[in-house]
Amino acid sequence: MTASANISEAQVWTWLDAVPDPEIPVISVVDLGVVRAVSVSGDYVKIIITPTYSGCPAMAVIAMDIETALAKQGVPSVHLKTQIAPAWTTDWLSEKGRARLESYGIAPPQASGGPDRCPQCKSQAVERVSQFGSTPCKAQWRCTDCLEPFDYFKCI
Amino acid sequence: MKHLFEFLLRQGDNALVLGHRTSEWCGVAPALEEDIALANTALDLIGQTQLWLGYAAEVEGKGRSANDLAYLRDVYDFRNILMLEVPNEDFGRTLMRQFLFDAFQVPWLTALCGSSDKRVADFSGKSLKEANYHLDRSAETVIALGNGTEESNTRMQAALDYLWPYAGELFGEDDTDQAMQAAGIAVLPASIRNDWDTKVQGILSDASLRTPKSTFAHFGGRSGFRHTEHLGHMLATMQILQRSYPGAVW
Repeated sequence: MTASANISEAQVWTWLDAVPDPEIPVISVVDLGVVRAVSVSGDYVKIIITPTYSGCPAMAVIAMDIETALAKQGVPSVHLKTQIAPAWTTDWLSEKGRARLESYGIAPPQASGGPDRCPQCKSQAVERVSQFGSTPCKAQWRCTDCLEPFDYFKCI
Repeated sequence: MKHLFEFLLRQGDNALVLGHRTSEWCGVAPALEEDIALANTALDLIGQTQLWLGYAAEVEGKGRSANDLAYLRDVYDFRNILMLEVPNEDFGRTLMRQFLFDAFQVPWLTALCGSSDKRVADFSGKSLKEANYHLDRSAETVIALGNGTEESNTRMQAALDYLWPYAGELFGEDDTDQAMQAAGIAVLPASIRNDWDTKVQGILSDASLRTPKSTFAHFGGRSGFRHTEHLGHMLATMQILQRSYPGAVW
């Protein structure tokens, strides 16, 4: 399939919103807030992405997945540019992404620095196990009511 | 450009050497949560290294990459402070060192956010978020271990007494520092000493630890004049793949 010369920016955003985060596949790279800008000129597509954590190994996979997804849509040339500033913040997570995180069992970030409730039973009786977790973006918490451990998406 | 290159090496090598030391705990930390925390801290630091050394390589303009600088330089070309290259010894010393360094990084990177060099400012803003998170944890752990048992308090005090003579190098000043200050790229490290002293003394006091009185400081790492014997051993491990199979990629 070959894309026509009139790809719209809105179309590219829609395609990107179908690219899952490689480590938390229920949210897209757009939900994650790493896609900062899309510009289209003819069939040349430029995308600016901002890394979550300096050393997050998922960033390389995200870049590759974006290129692959757009190639599948027939976009002939994608230019990915990494932008460091302004630094990524969890404020950029979409509302859709936050809701999907919780239904997946990951408590979304809160400005207070900790989850407001257990993503399983919704109890507010939660305690921290560790400030770090299975990926750079998560911490480990547990619910003292249902006793389930859960991931919390760190607020930065 | 020579001074900017040196400055960027110091930034990158501090992150790289501490990042590598911290990664040595991967799989052998005292608890799974600590293992994960240390590995994540190391990952942040190594990520920051890529930013600083990538820029250093570009400024140098000799066609080297961040990887070349990390894996193909020898001991005397490293510009990290000595405190970061001494062995981990035990979990207490590892966390005490992390705390002494984090307590420096936060005000230091905050100051560098105002750098006249946009990339230095951008990298500092990015790294600062991670440094703040590291400081929360290292400070909390120092307090917990200082107030834990007699054994943990003794070991934290021993760690502090061992590391203290190395901490002063954080505030070194030479031609490079002065050139960076003159260009508005960085502030003098000594200008944040009060912030560091206040933070460190507050946490150590909360941790029931005695701040050593000595003002003696070992120097030589950030200038490259004299590293400890430990850095060579660390590099032998860290660099073996690129030394044995030059140019290997995956």
